[in-house]
Amino acid sequence: MAQARNTQAPALKLAATPGQTIGPFYGYALPFTKDNELVNQARPGAVRLHGVVTDGAGTVIPDALLEIWQPDQDGNVVSQDGSLVRDGYTFTGWGRTAVDNVGHYTFTTLNPGATEEGKAPFIMLTVFARGLLNRLFTRIYLPEDTAALANDPLLSSLDEAQRKTLIATREADGSLRFDISLQGEDETVFLSYPRES
Amino acid sequence: MSTETTANETFNDSHVLDPAATTVSQESISQEIADIHAAYRQSVVDGMKAETQPRIDFAPYRSSLLRHPTKNLHHADPETIELHSPAFGERDVHALESDLTIQHNGEPIGERIVVAGRVLDGDGRPVAGQLVEIWQANAAGRYIHKRDQHPAPIDPNFTGVGRAITGPNGEYSFTTIKPAPYPWKNHHNAWRPAHIHFSLFGTDFTQRMITQMYFPGDPLFSLDPIYQAITDKDARDRLVATYDHSITSHEWATGYNWDIVLTGSNRTWMEDEEGDH
Repeated sequence: MAQARNTQAPALKLAATPGQTIGPFYGYALPFTKDNELVNQARPGAVRLHGVVTDGAGTVIPDALLEIWQPDQDGNVVSQDGSLVRDGYTFTGWGRTAVDNVGHYTFTTLNPGATEEGKAPFIMLTVFARGLLNRLFTRIYLPEDTAALANDPLLSSLDEAQRKTLIATREADGSLRFDISLQGEDETVFLSYPRES
Repeated sequence: MSTETTANETFNDSHVLDPAATTVSQESISQEIADIHAAYRQSVVDGMKAETQPRIDFAPYRSSLLRHPTKNLHHADPETIELHSPAFGERDVHALESDLTIQHNGEPIGERIVVAGRVLDGDGRPVAGQLVEIWQANAAGRYIHKRDQHPAPIDPNFTGVGRAITGPNGEYSFTTIKPAPYPWKNHHNAWRPAHIHFSLFGTDFTQRMITQMYFPGDPLFSLDPIYQAITDKDARDRLVATYDHSITSHEWATGYNWDIVLTGSNRTWMEDEEGDH
């Protein structure tokens, strides 16, 4: 996949519609059965991805909604429907979860593979919350491939404190821990992409 | 889902309400909004680019104070997974899910409306076969939600939730009931303009967005810190549907048109670039 970094992204022909906050009342609309189970917990290779979402006072946010989007274990970008009505076998690469009353979230998923040889594997994350006027994007990098992480263009453009906010911690039981701080000293690095306006 | 249980339970609604903010007057919130907008208009006069998205740091919306990043968003060149989106289809969404008036045994109370339009990307290309999700209050301004304690009636025939998959030209259509405004606790006597929440996907996951559609001529627009967090008037207008008599149907429902434009796809132009080499 070309990065085309030396080429300016073309201007938009139409102005993008503004975002707005998700608000507090999405409870019957967005969550669905097995929304956070990209794979069954019993599947070999199933990994727990979890953490807490906090605000600028360090207080947990009990009404955030998160989505992840990732390649499979071999680094393939999948294009399979069935995310909303999961059959328990098909890996669609996408999941959603509302945090619980103490701001904690859990996904059951697979470790994403490298999409290209030598690339650092990561999961894309989107954050929505009451009080957050537009969605935020970030990346959850796996911690293991230190050489790939050292060569990653995004991570290389960050200082050490910022860089740490994007790399998950592997816990003793194999879980991935990734906390999200919307504001403050340990604020997560959130991303913008070309062609947003 | 059971509307009976949610109606009868009592809940701590502190998640929704900010008690510290409720004593502030509408006048002082409106003045804060006016000051921010005046500074924005001056910046445009001085040559700054027009803003198309809401400020995420917008103090008149009190809940945003501790929930916005203080550092600038960091530029990323999108890579593989970011250049694609999850796939949704008939397996995921039944065609009847786009009619919010047939989900229970009876007809919901209120003004039946059809909201129809297209989902496009920033290059004007239709976003076909993608998921659109909506949710909204009922005709009395009440959500089916344990945290909504507004003393307005729940309608047992209306949940206020719908889904659709866009057609080949990016088109969608929902049949629903016109939602009412409702009070909230941002400040004293705060009311939200009537709106429908929309959740949208594009061809690239970087186009993912959630927003709110409003109705033309709402007298609450100028008072609402969520709507006014979009500092640019042209941008705010993009969230307002248009009454469309060609969508209105004889003796059945009035019609509104609302087209949604996502940000630009990066996959398409980057693939074009690759093809050039």
